[in-house]
Amino acid sequence: MAGAKEIRTKISSIKSTQKITGAMEMVATSKMRKAQERMQASRPYAEKMLQVIRHLAKASPEYRHSFMAEQREIKRVGYIVVSSDRGLCGGLNSNLFRRLVAHIKEQKAQGIEPVFCTIGSKALAFFRRFGGKVEAQVTQLGDKPHIEDLIGTVKVMLNAFENGEVDAVYVVYNEFVNTMTQEPLIRQLVPLQAADDEDRPSGPIWDYIYEPDARLVLDSLLTRYIESLVYQAVVENGACEQAARRVAMKAASDNAGELIDDLQLVYNKARQAAITQELSEIVSGAAAVG
Amino acid sequence: MAMTIHVDIVSAEGAIHSGLAAMLYAPGEMGELGIAARHAPLITRLKPGDVRVEDEHGQQEHFYVSGGMLEVQPDIATVLADTAIRAENLDEAKAFEAKRRAEDALAGQTAEFEYAKAQAELAEAIAQLRAIEKLRKMKGG
Repeated sequence: MAGAKEIRTKISSIKSTQKITGAMEMVATSKMRKAQERMQASRPYAEKMLQVIRHLAKASPEYRHSFMAEQREIKRVGYIVVSSDRGLCGGLNSNLFRRLVAHIKEQKAQGIEPVFCTIGSKALAFFRRFGGKVEAQVTQLGDKPHIEDLIGTVKVMLNAFENGEVDAVYVVYNEFVNTMTQEPLIRQLVPLQAADDEDRPSGPIWDYIYEPDARLVLDSLLTRYIESLVYQAVVENGACEQAARRVAMKAASDNAGELIDDLQLVYNKARQAAITQELSEIVSGAAAVG
Repeated sequence: MAMTIHVDIVSAEGAIHSGLAAMLYAPGEMGELGIAARHAPLITRLKPGDVRVEDEHGQQEHFYVSGGMLEVQPDIATVLADTAIRAENLDEAKAFEAKRRAEDALAGQTAEFEYAKAQAELAEAIAQLRAIEKLRKMKGG
């Protein structure tokens, strides 16, 4: 029975791998649902904020914030790169980085220098391998990311923008299209792009009462708005991660199943051959004696 | 019928409250605010404290906010609650911390982004994934 034992060991080892990937698939499925809920839950806040900012844009405020200013000439850009903390999620992160690299290449052709902030360990590992100016980073956000953990990283970029060190800031993350599809996306954060271009409001011109004053209120409002956009990117990327992992683990479990079937066939053949050989040995032995 | 104002309380991590109210009390930065319907448009920052929503029957509901913003339109009031405790110097400290983490993590590496190398490696990774996909299909078909 040459090799039969090895094949058996191999089968049992693949079976245990299959169990692991199967369990991971189930875990990812349940986590994906929760991540999707979190994604939904964060929407009202951003929508409300956008509403308020639209009101502000219409209300002809006496103060214009630098985040809302016209696009200045771009020499350096900042990217906030959102990635997952863990691997085993198919091509999710590599697709994102590929999209980013293509974007950077385009920018470099125009002489624009990139600066990065990373969220998640995969992005950090990526820039560690390939270089790049990483200004700030945060990792290990876990399954329940909190805005609190993002404030610092976002602030670094916004400060750089206000000091004129970068002329535009983008957030790079995976967009959750559906459970099977995730699209890498590069979205401009600042300067804020005019949402709808109804230049002058048709109604009577009015303005808010600002407490304590317009500048401070707008400052905190816009900072929060941008943080909420980044937070949304993070939760959306989280949902993508779980969805991608689910698909990857399902594929792995299926592959393991196929491999086991194939090996079982080889094993059966080997066993059969051994039995046949033994039989013919016995028969020929009996014939020799008789 | 009493005049009511629509009150929404939302935070970045989820919606907290939404409904009609007779009165809304909030801890504004310049002092406690009471907002009724037809209030003039107002935007203010909130201090950490208690937001109270009073319905037509005088029932009050309490929500604690650790700061945030309040936006008032004549018939709608929105509380954008913070989920973190905020202060300018605290935010600066966090930014500093994020910077330091990056420096620690990347100590001793070159600042030039080698996109050619990155692109090559990514292309390889993608090609590998594709090949696996193809192999699986061939086996299946």
